[in-house]
Amino acid sequence: MVPGALRGNRSNTPLNVTGWRCRGGIAPVRFDLSDDQEFFRETARRFIEAEVPISVVREWHDLPDGCPQSWWQSAAELGWTSLMVPESLGGGSISGRPIVDLTIVADEMGRGLTPGPFMPTNVVADTLGRSGSPDQQALLEGVVAGEVVLGWAFCEPGGDWTAAHVAAKAAPANGGYVLTGTKTAVEAGAQAHHLLVTVQCPDGLAQFLLPSDTPGLTVTPQESLDLGRRFAEVRLDGVAVGPEALVGQPGAATEADVERQRQVMTVLQCADNAGSAARVLEFTVQYAFDRYSFGRPLATYQALKHRFADMKLWSEASQAAVDGAADALADGEDEARMVSVAKSYVGDHSVEIMHDCVQMHGGIGVTYEHDLHLYLRRATVNRGLFGTPGDHRVCLSEMMGY
Amino acid sequence: MDDFVYAETDPAELARYREEVEAWMNENMPRRDPVNPWHPTQDDDERSSRNRELQRRLSDGGYAAVCYPKEYGGQSLTAAHQKIIDDVSMDFDMPILFSVPTLSICGPVILEFGTEEQKQRYIPAWIRGDELWVQFISEPSGGSDMAGALTRADRDGEEFIINGSKIWSTFAQRSDYALMLARTNWEVPKHRGLTMFIVPIHHPGIEIHPIQMVDRSEEFCQEFFNDVAIPAENVVGEVDDGWTVASRLLFHERAAVGNDSPYTQGRHRNRTADGVEDLAAIARDHGGADVGRHRQRLGHMEALSRVEELLSARVVKGIEGGFLPAPAGSLVRLFHGLSRTERQTVAMEVQGDRALVWNEGEDTGAFGTEYVQRQQACIGGGTTEMARNIISERILGMPREPAADRDLPFNQVPRSG
Repeated sequence: MVPGALRGNRSNTPLNVTGWRCRGGIAPVRFDLSDDQEFFRETARRFIEAEVPISVVREWHDLPDGCPQSWWQSAAELGWTSLMVPESLGGGSISGRPIVDLTIVADEMGRGLTPGPFMPTNVVADTLGRSGSPDQQALLEGVVAGEVVLGWAFCEPGGDWTAAHVAAKAAPANGGYVLTGTKTAVEAGAQAHHLLVTVQCPDGLAQFLLPSDTPGLTVTPQESLDLGRRFAEVRLDGVAVGPEALVGQPGAATEADVERQRQVMTVLQCADNAGSAARVLEFTVQYAFDRYSFGRPLATYQALKHRFADMKLWSEASQAAVDGAADALADGEDEARMVSVAKSYVGDHSVEIMHDCVQMHGGIGVTYEHDLHLYLRRATVNRGLFGTPGDHRVCLSEMMGY
Repeated sequence: MDDFVYAETDPAELARYREEVEAWMNENMPRRDPVNPWHPTQDDDERSSRNRELQRRLSDGGYAAVCYPKEYGGQSLTAAHQKIIDDVSMDFDMPILFSVPTLSICGPVILEFGTEEQKQRYIPAWIRGDELWVQFISEPSGGSDMAGALTRADRDGEEFIINGSKIWSTFAQRSDYALMLARTNWEVPKHRGLTMFIVPIHHPGIEIHPIQMVDRSEEFCQEFFNDVAIPAENVVGEVDDGWTVASRLLFHERAAVGNDSPYTQGRHRNRTADGVEDLAAIARDHGGADVGRHRQRLGHMEALSRVEELLSARVVKGIEGGFLPAPAGSLVRLFHGLSRTERQTVAMEVQGDRALVWNEGEDTGAFGTEYVQRQQACIGGGTTEMARNIISERILGMPREPAADRDLPFNQVPRSG
C-alpha cells in the first residue's frame, strides 16, 4: 500500500464533480452556453445561494404558500417568468431559444431545491402567449413582474396525465359554458391568481382560464411528498363562464396546446432532476473524500469508486438527455419522442443516483436532519407527475409502432 | 495532440457534400445483401478480398478515410464529412474490416508517432486497401494490465529479436502488419521498459492460431513468436518509451469503440442488438396475443439508444471545449457496454422461444447465441471495470488503485504461473 494513495488527494481535487476548466469552479449545465446564457445561469445560482440557501428552504417549508411573494418578485426580476413570454408582450428570452434558457433556471432550482411556482407559471404563460386572447395576454405583464402566479389544472384523480383521460366537462349554456369536474396535484393551485383548466367540451378538448375567485371554483391545498412546492385539489362545481374564458380553439388546436404544455412541463421536471442529482452527487463525492473508514477515505475503495463512476455516467447522460429534449423542443423537431426519452431516462436515473448517494452516506443519509431526503422528495415528485418513466416508455414504444 | 480537431463546417457545404456522396455511392458501391444485410455469409478469404476491393473503390472515389491528411492519401476533411459518409453508407456494403483497428487505432498512432518514412510507407497502403493491420497488444497473462507485457524484444545489432505470445488480435491470419508492444528493458519499472513495433505478420517465426468463440466464429487469434527478427527501423516512437505510444493507442481505441473517432469509416450494424425499430417489428410480428408485453422494454431500449447518442455528443463537446478531460471518453465506453448487453437481453426476450429452440434453416438462434456472449461488449476494447476506474480516478479525481508493481523493476514483479 502506498500511503499517499490512501490519503486521497483532497488538496488538488476541485469540489465540483466535473472538475475540469469549469468557470468559477462550477460545473456548467450545457457545454454550449453563450456568454449571455452563462451570465444568466451564474446570476440565478448566486441569487439562489444568497437568498434561499438550504437553511432558508427548510424555513420556508412552514410557509403556507411555499415562498414569500416579495421573493418571487425578485426572482421574476431576474427573468425567471419572462422567458416564455413574447417580446411584444413584455417578455423575452436570452438566446432566442426560450425553452433552453428555461432549463438553465430549472437546473439551478433543482440544485438549490428552490421553491416557487416556476414550472406552472411558465408553462401557462407560454400557452397564453401563443393562444390567449388579448385580454388573457394582458395578464402576462403581471406574470413578468412576478405579481401574477398561474396554475394548470390538468390531472384528475386516478388519471394518467394524458389528455385522453380528461373527464372534467364544459357544457354549453347561455352562450357560455358550465364546468364540472375535479383536478388533483395542481401545482401552485392555491397560490395561482388564474388557473388554466383542461376539460372536454362538445367540440373536443378545451382550456379555460379562470380567476381564482370564480364562483363555484374550490381550491383545497393538498399534502405533498415534496415539502417545498405547493399542490392543491381544484373542484369545479358548475362553474359558469362566458366564451371569453376559452383559451384558443377547442379541438385539435387545444390538443396541440396541451401536448406542448405537457412537453414543456416534462422537460423542466427533467432539468430540475438532472440539476439536483448532479448536486447530490457533487456533495457525496466530497463526502467520500472526507469520510474515513478503517483508516482511509471512502474514495479509496474500488467497490465504491465503481459505484461513483456509474453515478457520474448517469448524471452526465441525464444532462445530455435534458439538453437533447430542450433542443428538440426549441427546434420543433421530434420533440414528443425526445421529451419521452428524457423522462424515461432522467426520471429513473436521477432518483437512483440519490438513493445510491444515501447508501454512500450510511445512517446519516436516512435522517431528517440530512438534506438528502429533501432532494429525493422533490425528485420523486418530478419523476411521477406528468407520467412516470414507465408511462413514457410505453409512449416511445407506441411511436415505434408497437 | 490531446484530442481530435472537430473543425466548424459550413452547413451548406455539408449539405452539398451529402448529395455528392449519395450520388457517388449509388453509382459505385454495392448495396448490402438485402436478405442477410448484417451477417453476410462469407468465408475469411472472401471477406478479406471483398473488403480490400471495397476499400479500393472508396479510395478511387476519394471517399476513403477522408480525415487523413492529403499528403498521405486522405482528403484532409473534417469529422462532419466522415459522419456524412457513415450515414449515407448504412445501406451499402462497406469495407468495415479496415475501420477498426487499421484506420482508427493503428492509423492515428502512426500519424502521431511514426517517422516520415513510416507514414509515407504505410498510410497510403491502408487507404488504398492494400494492407490491413491488427494490434498485438494483449497477452495471455492479462488483458487489462497492458503494461505488464511479457513478450520480449532483445536488441541484436540493427534488429530486435521477438519471443513470446499475443492474443485477441482480430482477423490476424488475413492481415498484413501489426502494432506490437514488447518489453525491451526488464531492469526498470513496467511502464518504462516497453517499445512499440511494426511487425509484418507473415514472417518467419510467427505462428497464428485462430480462437473459436462462443458463436463458433474464429475472428480472434493468438500468435506465438519464436526468434522473430524485426529491423530497428520498425520501432514506433522511442525505444523503452512504448507506454507513451500505447497510452495514445488506448485513447484511440476508446474513441473508436465509443463511436467517437473521426477515423472510423462506415458503421457496423448488428442485426440483433442495434435497430430498436427492428426489435419493434419482431415484437409486432411474433409478440403473440399479449401485445403490451414488450412495450416497456422497447421504450426503454429506444430511450437508451437516443441517450447514448446524446451522451456521445455531449462528451465530444465537453472534451473539445475543455470542460471534460480526455478520459471522459470512458463515459461513452461504459454506457455503450451497459446498453449493448441490455439490448441483447431484450432482443433475446422479444424473439422469444425461437431464440432458444428453432427449426433447421431458421436463423433466430443467433439471438440466443448473442445473448450468451453478450458480456463481450463489456470486455473487448477495455473492460467496463477499467472504464469505471478511469471515470472515478481521472474525472472524479479519486485516488488511484494501489499497484504492487508500480515502482519495482519489472523482473522483480510477482506474477502468476
